[in-house]
Amino acid sequence: MAKVELRNVVKRYGQTVAVDHVNLEIDDGEFLILLGPSGCGKTTTLRSIAGLEAVDEGEIVIDDVVVNNKRPSDRDMAFCFQQYALYPHLTAFENIAFPLRTQQMNNQEIDSRVTEVGRLLQIEDIFKRKPSKLSAGDQQRVALARAMVRQPKVYLMDEPLSNLDAQLRVDMRAELRRLQITNQITTVYVTHDQVEAMAMADRIAIMNLGVLQQVGTPDEVYTYPANLFVANFIGSPSMNFINCNFQASTHSLQIPTNSETLIFRLPDNIKQVSTGLHDGSELVLGIRPEDIDIHTEPVEEGIECSYILLEALGSENIHHTGHGELNMVVRTSPADTYSEGQSLWVSFEHDGIRLFDRNSGMAI
Amino acid sequence: MHQKSLLNRIVSWAGLIILIVIFIFPFYWMVATALKTRMQIVAIPPLFFFEPTFENFRGVFFTSSGLETNFKFFFKMSIIIASLSTFFSVLFGALAAYSVSRFKMKGKDDLMFFILSTRMLPAIATLVPLFLMYRALGLSDTVHGMVLLYTMFNLGFTVWMMKSFFDEIPIEYEEAALMDGYSRWEAFLKVVLPQSVTGLAASAVFSLIACWNEFVYGSILTTRYARTVPPAVAVRVGHEGYEWGKIAATAFMYVLPVLIFTFLVRKSLLRGLTFGAIKK
Repeated sequence: MAKVELRNVVKRYGQTVAVDHVNLEIDDGEFLILLGPSGCGKTTTLRSIAGLEAVDEGEIVIDDVVVNNKRPSDRDMAFCFQQYALYPHLTAFENIAFPLRTQQMNNQEIDSRVTEVGRLLQIEDIFKRKPSKLSAGDQQRVALARAMVRQPKVYLMDEPLSNLDAQLRVDMRAELRRLQITNQITTVYVTHDQVEAMAMADRIAIMNLGVLQQVGTPDEVYTYPANLFVANFIGSPSMNFINCNFQASTHSLQIPTNSETLIFRLPDNIKQVSTGLHDGSELVLGIRPEDIDIHTEPVEEGIECSYILLEALGSENIHHTGHGELNMVVRTSPADTYSEGQSLWVSFEHDGIRLFDRNSGMAI
Repeated sequence: MHQKSLLNRIVSWAGLIILIVIFIFPFYWMVATALKTRMQIVAIPPLFFFEPTFENFRGVFFTSSGLETNFKFFFKMSIIIASLSTFFSVLFGALAAYSVSRFKMKGKDDLMFFILSTRMLPAIATLVPLFLMYRALGLSDTVHGMVLLYTMFNLGFTVWMMKSFFDEIPIEYEEAALMDGYSRWEAFLKVVLPQSVTGLAASAVFSLIACWNEFVYGSILTTRYARTVPPAVAVRVGHEGYEWGKIAATAFMYVLPVLIFTFLVRKSLLRGLTFGAIKK
């Protein structure tokens, strides 16, 4: 049970800045997921919290105490490694009991604690085996059990599910989330899998190139991405991006395509937001695939497109349409089908329209 | 196809048998000499069939008039000096290797090269300065002096060998132990060492063999009180000249423990020798 704070944390490896002035507050009992592409500094951030890496600048604060100079063993955190790091010379039982052996605890209590956590994760039957004789899923559970056998202040997890096959991953995801809700222990969880992040997190912190991009609930980062990176990273298929220029006089967007310039009149709900824009501002219009409607007849504000490709995913259909060099991906229910080359009109749902500054990438 | 592979096997077996004969023959000759009488040893043409005698083995420890020789003492010295040196060189070697393997330090490569360089000079090249130093420090012909020397002599080897073993152990295990509430020292003892038993065994065997067989330092730096078997056996001259039978008998008894020991740990040894050459 603890609050974790990162204040202006910087970590460098030679010339490269792995973590660049990260400020982050993780509340007591919160499940925070650090999300980002590989090499974005999320694992380094996690290891810095653990104390396995010394930070170059800034402070790491746990419950209002700066712990920069505290050794990992004194920070009272449990770390679940991506490669599990189960001690190969010990049985599953002894692996789980290992963190307890250093504490003043008698064998009977250790026995009952390990058995209890083993029952929770359903691994009692493999207690006597060495890690090399365990399947990836079982190794994962043992690693989790080793972390959970204590009641540390914070759980730190580094892509713990990445080595599991798809079905097991979905099961473990739910299991982990359930356990975290029951135990209410502050958890920082690193992943590059946005589905995992959306499914499990109380809040998501998205990182890129060592810089924290946005922190928010899964809903917030999906609906109101703070910049183009977040908008692009979250969601699959990702948001459609259309380069355009703002025309102040008509309160509309000029969308250049190869032969002509399309005019898209901004709906009224965008009006307040766009007051700060001047004529000719270079913008990007972003719209999620599910916020585009497809019509077979011409509609007002519709853009004429031709149908390119269908991805039928069973639960939904992904349609690729294009107007010249302008491509748009649309998500619909599996009932909607169109034929290749067919003329269609697409329109944007007003609530789904997001505008970004093309130069800074920031949301407007 | 099948015939060719059969031929292949015959040829390789034949080659192996020839090699084994070449390598085994000196050993056989040593055993045979130990079991011959003086006349049989110098007989020309050499005797391959004879009635074995154990007189030479008795002669190692007792003179013809029934008095004890010094060889029991020399054997004792060999055992004490070799095992103590092995113990210390593995202990210090493992600690040094772990530090070099895990911690950041300036000039690490230079340090490792320096450690390696202690093995570059042959023993004979360092003999004179060592002799003078040992005499000045009063270390000549003492057990602790020889243990110190052999430990130092073996350290270069054990450090390099143990480092390659520690490098192979992923650092995550120690990090896991640190997170589990253990200090670095405890992590080393409880997580790293148990996983490097093979490396420890291999280093120990190599150290032991090196100390056990060491001749040059032993023959010059010891005379009586810390003398080991190899230098002692070399000066085994009786009133009838070199006593080949007794030398062979001593050599046979001296070689036997190392042979058995090496045979027992041959798997670890092989792993130690080929470490790094094979990807896991």
